[in-house]
Amino acid sequence: MARGPAATPNPTVAARDGRVLPAAGPGTGTPLAVRGLTVSYGENPAVFSVDADFPPAAMSAIVGPNGAGKSTFLKASLGVIPRLAGEVHVFGKPVEQARARIAYVPQRASVDWDFPTTVIDVVKMGLYREVGLLGRLSGARSTRAMRCLDRVGMADFAHRQIGQLSGGQQQRVFLARALAQDADLYLLDEPFAGVDAATERAIIDVLRDLKAEGRAIVAVHHDLSTVPAYFDHVFLINVRRIAEGPVATTFTPETLQATYGGRLAATHLDELAITGGA
Amino acid sequence: MAPLLDALLLQAGYNAALVAVGAALLGFAAGASGTFLFLRKRALVSDAVAHATLPGIALAFIVMVAMGGDGRSLVGLLAGSAITAWIGLLAIEAMVRHTRLAEDTAIGAVLGVFFGLGVVLLTVVQVMGAGRQAGLEGFLLGSTAGMLFQDAVIIALGGAVAVGLTWVFRRPMLLVAFDADYAAATGHDLRRIDLAMMGLVLAVTVIGLKLVGLILIVALLIIPPVTARFWTDRAMSMIWISGAMGGVSGYLGAALSASAPALPTGPIIVLVAAGLFTASLLVAPGRGVLATLIRHRRFQHRVHRRQGLLALAAHHPIREGYTLRLLAREGLVRADGVATETGRAQAAKIARDERRWQVAREIHQDAGLTGRYDGLTPIEQVFTADEIAEFDRRLGPPKAVGAT
Repeated sequence: MARGPAATPNPTVAARDGRVLPAAGPGTGTPLAVRGLTVSYGENPAVFSVDADFPPAAMSAIVGPNGAGKSTFLKASLGVIPRLAGEVHVFGKPVEQARARIAYVPQRASVDWDFPTTVIDVVKMGLYREVGLLGRLSGARSTRAMRCLDRVGMADFAHRQIGQLSGGQQQRVFLARALAQDADLYLLDEPFAGVDAATERAIIDVLRDLKAEGRAIVAVHHDLSTVPAYFDHVFLINVRRIAEGPVATTFTPETLQATYGGRLAATHLDELAITGGA
Repeated sequence: MAPLLDALLLQAGYNAALVAVGAALLGFAAGASGTFLFLRKRALVSDAVAHATLPGIALAFIVMVAMGGDGRSLVGLLAGSAITAWIGLLAIEAMVRHTRLAEDTAIGAVLGVFFGLGVVLLTVVQVMGAGRQAGLEGFLLGSTAGMLFQDAVIIALGGAVAVGLTWVFRRPMLLVAFDADYAAATGHDLRRIDLAMMGLVLAVTVIGLKLVGLILIVALLIIPPVTARFWTDRAMSMIWISGAMGGVSGYLGAALSASAPALPTGPIIVLVAAGLFTASLLVAPGRGVLATLIRHRRFQHRVHRRQGLLALAAHHPIREGYTLRLLAREGLVRADGVATETGRAQAAKIARDERRWQVAREIHQDAGLTGRYDGLTPIEQVFTADEIAEFDRRLGPPKAVGAT
C-alpha cells in the first residue's frame, strides 16, 4: 500500500490544501490511485475533490448512500464519464495508458438484454482489445472465453441468447467477460445488486480467487451487512470522501454515521458494529 | 406477368437491367451498413443526414456552372451532397454534446433547416439559365430514367467499400451499440466510432441519392436490419441477412417498377422491403407474431392444465370455464366437471410432482431452478430418474388421491 491505514478520516485533503500531492502519492504499486477527482453535472458536484488509494491483492468496497456518487466515482476514474478535475493513476501510470490492465463490470441494468447476441459472444467482447479489428476469435481464444464462462458456472449457457438469462446469470456473464480480459485491476459496479444467493456465492468465490492471484478488486457495494465478510478495505463516500482504510478499523458506527447522516437507524448501526468488530 | 418475368430475368432492356442490378447492390450495401445504425438506435440521425444532402447538391451545381461546366457531373453533385450531409451530422453531434438539447430536437432542427435551405437553393438553380434541364428534383425521390453504366459502377464501388468497412469495424461498432460504457472503459473512442458508423451511412446515402432519392433512403437503411432481426439472434449474422433483405428488395422493386409504365422505382423498392418486413413480423420463428401467439397459448394451456389437475387432486371445484373445457377435451373430466379415471390418475401424478418440486427446490437451491416454470415443465425433463427417486425417498410413500 502506498499509504498506511487511514487512522484519521481525511489526511489527504489537508495535504491538498497545501496544493501538493500527498507525500506517498500514486505509488507504482498502487492499483488505483485517485487525486482530487471531481465530477459535476452543471454546478452540482456529484463527486467532489475525492482522493482514494486502493491496495493490491485485496478486495475493496466503495460504500455510500444512494446518490452519493459511488458509480460516478468509478466511471469517472475509468474515463467513461468526463472528469471536471482530478488525476487517476493505475499501477503508477495515467489510466489512459493502463487500459490493458483494467477490467470493468458495469451495472447489468445499463444494457439492453434483448440485444441480438449470445452469451459466448458477450464474453468474447472481453478479447476485442487484445485481438484488434481483424484478429481471429476462434481456436485458443475461443477456448479461453469458454474457460472464463466455466469459472462463473455458465458453460452450459454459452450459445443461449442473452435475453433468456435471469438477472444473476446476466451478472455472471458480465463477470466472465471481465475475466477474459485477464486484467490486474477489476472494477465492479454493484455486482451483487438484485442477484440470487447462489450467484452471489459464485461471484464472491471468483473474486476471492482473483485476489489470491494477487489482483486488486474494487467494487461498488450497497449491502452494509456483507461488507465485513467480503471485503478487506473500505472506501466511504458521500460526494466527498468520508473515510478509507481496512474494514476492521474503518468500517465503524462513527464513520457510517458520518457517511449516511441520519439515514441509518441506530439499531442497524449497532448490528453492524457487532459484525464489524467480530 | 410476362413483363415482370422479363424484368426479373434482366430481359426488359438495357436501362431496366442496369437499374435492377444497381438497386440490388445498393439495397445490399444499405442493409448491411444499416445494421449497426439500427442496433445503436440512431435511425433518425441518418434521416437528417439524408435531408442535409440537398443543399450540397444544389450548391455543387451552382459552383460547377460558375466554373464553366454544365453542372450535371454526378461525381461533383455527390461530392457536394456528402459535404453538407457531413456538416449536418457534425451539427447534430455538436448540439447534443454542447447544449442541453435532446438528440431528437437536434435531429429535427438539422433536418428542417438543411432541407429548407436545399429547397431554396433549388429555386435559385431553376432561375439560372442552365438549371432548367438539370433535373436536380430527381434526387428527392430518385429517378432511373437516365441511369448510366457509370452510375451503376459508382453504386457498386461505393457499396462494396461500405460493406467492407462495416465488416472491418464490426467489433467496435457492436461493442458501442451493446455496451457503450464498457467500450469506453476498454479504451474505445465512442465519438470516433459513432462518426465512422455515420460516415458509412452517409456514403450509402450519397450513392443511393440518384436511385432512391434522399427522402426514402432511410427506409432502405433501417427496414432490412429490422427484418433481419426476426431471423437471427446474432448481430454478426444480421449484417449479411440484412444485406440480403435489402438486395432482394432492391432487385424485386426495380423489376416491378420496370414491368409497368410510370411506376416509381425508389418507392416501389421501399414497399417491397416493407412487404418482407411484414412477412417476417408475422411468420418468423421465435420473434414473429404468430410464433409468440402460439407460445403464449401453449403456456396458458400448461398453466390451466396444472391448476385444473391440482384442483381435482385436492377435490376443489373448478370454476374457470377455460380450464374445464381444456380438461374435458383431454378426457380428464366429464361434462359435469367430475374427474374421469384418467383424470384422477393425472391429478395424482401432478400432485406428487408438485411435492417433488418442493423437495427439489430445497435440495437444489443454487441450481437456478427459479428460472424454470416449476410444475409447468414435466419434472422428468429437468431431473434424472435417480434424482427423482431421491426426492421420493425423502417424501415417503405416495398417498392415493381420493383416499380422504
